[in-house]
Amino acid sequence: MSDPREIGRPSGSLAAPDGILPAGTYEPEVLPAGLTRAPVGVNALATEHLIVNMGPQHPSTHGVLRVLIELDGEEVKAGEASVGYLHRGIEKLAESRRYSAVGTLMDRGDYISGIHNEMAFALAAEKLIDVEAPRRANWLRSLMAEINRIASHLVWYGPMGLDTGAMGPFLYAMRDREVLLDILEDVTGQRMMFNYVRPGGVLADITPAAEKKIRVFLETFDQYLDEHIEILAGNEIFQARMRGIGVIDRERAVGFALTGANLRASGLSFDVRKDRPYAAYSELDFSIPVAQEGDCFARFMVRMEEMRQSVRMIRQCIDGLPEGEFTAKVPKVLRPPAGEAYGAVESPRGELGVHLISDGSDTPYRMRYRPPALYALQVGESLLPGVLLADAVVILGSTDIVLGEIDR
Amino acid sequence: MSIVQVVVPRVLAALGLMLLNGVVLIYMLRKVLGHLHLRLGPMENGWHGIAQTTFDVLKLLTKEDPTPKAVDKALYFIAPAIVFVPSLMAYAALPFSNSVRIVNLELGLLFTFAVLSLVPLGILAAGWSSNNKWSLLGGMRAVGSQISYEVPMLLAALPVVMMAGSMNLGDIVRAQQPLWFIYNVPAFILFFVAGLIESGQTPFDLAEADSELVSGFATEYASMKFGLLFLSEFSNTFIFAALTVTLFLGGWGIPFVPEAIMQPIAPLVFMIKTYLVIYLLMVIRGTLPRVRVDQLLTLGWKFLLPVSIAWVMITGLVIKLGQTVFGGAQ
Repeated sequence: MSDPREIGRPSGSLAAPDGILPAGTYEPEVLPAGLTRAPVGVNALATEHLIVNMGPQHPSTHGVLRVLIELDGEEVKAGEASVGYLHRGIEKLAESRRYSAVGTLMDRGDYISGIHNEMAFALAAEKLIDVEAPRRANWLRSLMAEINRIASHLVWYGPMGLDTGAMGPFLYAMRDREVLLDILEDVTGQRMMFNYVRPGGVLADITPAAEKKIRVFLETFDQYLDEHIEILAGNEIFQARMRGIGVIDRERAVGFALTGANLRASGLSFDVRKDRPYAAYSELDFSIPVAQEGDCFARFMVRMEEMRQSVRMIRQCIDGLPEGEFTAKVPKVLRPPAGEAYGAVESPRGELGVHLISDGSDTPYRMRYRPPALYALQVGESLLPGVLLADAVVILGSTDIVLGEIDR
Repeated sequence: MSIVQVVVPRVLAALGLMLLNGVVLIYMLRKVLGHLHLRLGPMENGWHGIAQTTFDVLKLLTKEDPTPKAVDKALYFIAPAIVFVPSLMAYAALPFSNSVRIVNLELGLLFTFAVLSLVPLGILAAGWSSNNKWSLLGGMRAVGSQISYEVPMLLAALPVVMMAGSMNLGDIVRAQQPLWFIYNVPAFILFFVAGLIESGQTPFDLAEADSELVSGFATEYASMKFGLLFLSEFSNTFIFAALTVTLFLGGWGIPFVPEAIMQPIAPLVFMIKTYLVIYLLMVIRGTLPRVRVDQLLTLGWKFLLPVSIAWVMITGLVIKLGQTVFGGAQ
């Protein structure tokens, strides 16, 4: 296969194609050698392309993303995502933190699904020190991860409505997310930056109050989920905006190393929870929703269906939670032997991996963080040429990018 | 009476009506959207936040009014006026009752459409002079959609003119006794959809699509210049609702209630009906996603325009047949 970045990229990208400066670019008074100016003026009837900056302060870029877009009227001719506005150097910082402190950094990667980030790190660290989490800890991890997954999908679902112009779904999504954050707060003490999953187990056991809240949530959420699906997917305008837009075919999905719901909407059933089970997922009964179309609507429906599966898993977790310790005996200061390990989880956005290299000291020698949204952003970027401006917003929204994770 | 004595009170009446409507509508929009979205809307100033808009207006009035460096100054300053004045003029012909109206125009309907068609000019001027690419896109979208929908909207109002036999808005209302023209359902739907677009309402609010263009043509405006753009938008909503009431929902009239009883309460009935239509618009606004620009234009040129032309012909044919069969007792 050719370079994946070249798939779907037209000749008229931001680079000068045939010696003519692309119209609409900033033209200095003195032209570089070998370039001629594109004709302008009424007689030549030439039109200029418009280059606009979408972001970094734009409501539809889901954080601080900047997309340079070349427009011909309403049509996007080329788009180039520019990332790094939220860079905090998490990978580098981890090199000077003890293993127990890296979890707090991971939370700030993909800040919408902290549990998954911590878990990826904890899995890698456990492999290094060769400790297994107790069974109850694994079930608690799965339980919290699925609660966090629904909360994260709701934060995607609401803005998806905003991106298409519907205000209501956002606030309905926030209503349900509030309940979930309350549960997470009860158990972990935090609403977003949990630091709950630690190498060897979890921070705390589930409280009776949280258990009660989860049961109340389970009673109501199935109906709310149907409402969520109906309010957007049942709307003809929404369907017209989503169907057939931003189609990612299988080749492109694989070429861009896409994972998560974006991949599964393109007809490929890969899910870390099934294919490389961790936590309690090998014991839980759930299915992987897959769609064939690969368009924005397929991605929408796959994520909505994933929430339903998460509800199933939460129900199983809360009913079948095994007795026992919630954390293994691990020393306060971890000093893993020299070596390397890779831990991966299925975060709401795809395969989130952490690769740790230890040199035997109490801090990681190197940590590599694989943010699934980075690949989603690149595939979204490759879909931009040829769509309308309004579609560009929908395509970027439908791939569910979180800039905290991309910029790390 | 001198011309000043005639003109000044009428302009003041229209201005007062417009400002009052603006204040009430902004509060109403925030409350209606709030309750649709599981929240309360403004609650702090006064009972249930009823004084909120007043404070907002005061804030707009006292705000610093920076002019961006690169704007085309003349056009930038005059554009809010080009948007505001036509929308003020459109109040002139609205019939609140048999006697309560600003001007009794024989061609009231035509006049209203004519002045409203000036609004896109101001919006384009605002978008163009702002020297901002997003504003330009917003301005172009506004003009594109409003020009495409003026024709279908006028054509959708034509069956009503044919049924009433007049373009005087008062005569149109009187012709709807006892049966409202809403029985001409296709004309009503065509008019309503075209009007939604014409007044820039969701799902057709492309010019200010906040997820794409942030605020569209109004991006570079601040303070009262922004206030004028904002106000005329609400005013256009009101005028569209008032026209809907006048043309299809019997204006100030209630079926089978004689004119003499109606006269004292007619303006009140008219306002209540208009606000009910506006409420419907707001519910639509809080519920529906937005269409894409090509879908909007396709709907206009390929569906609404041919269908409204066809419906004018069909209505004409039915009226003519009725006159022939029942001997001209129209």
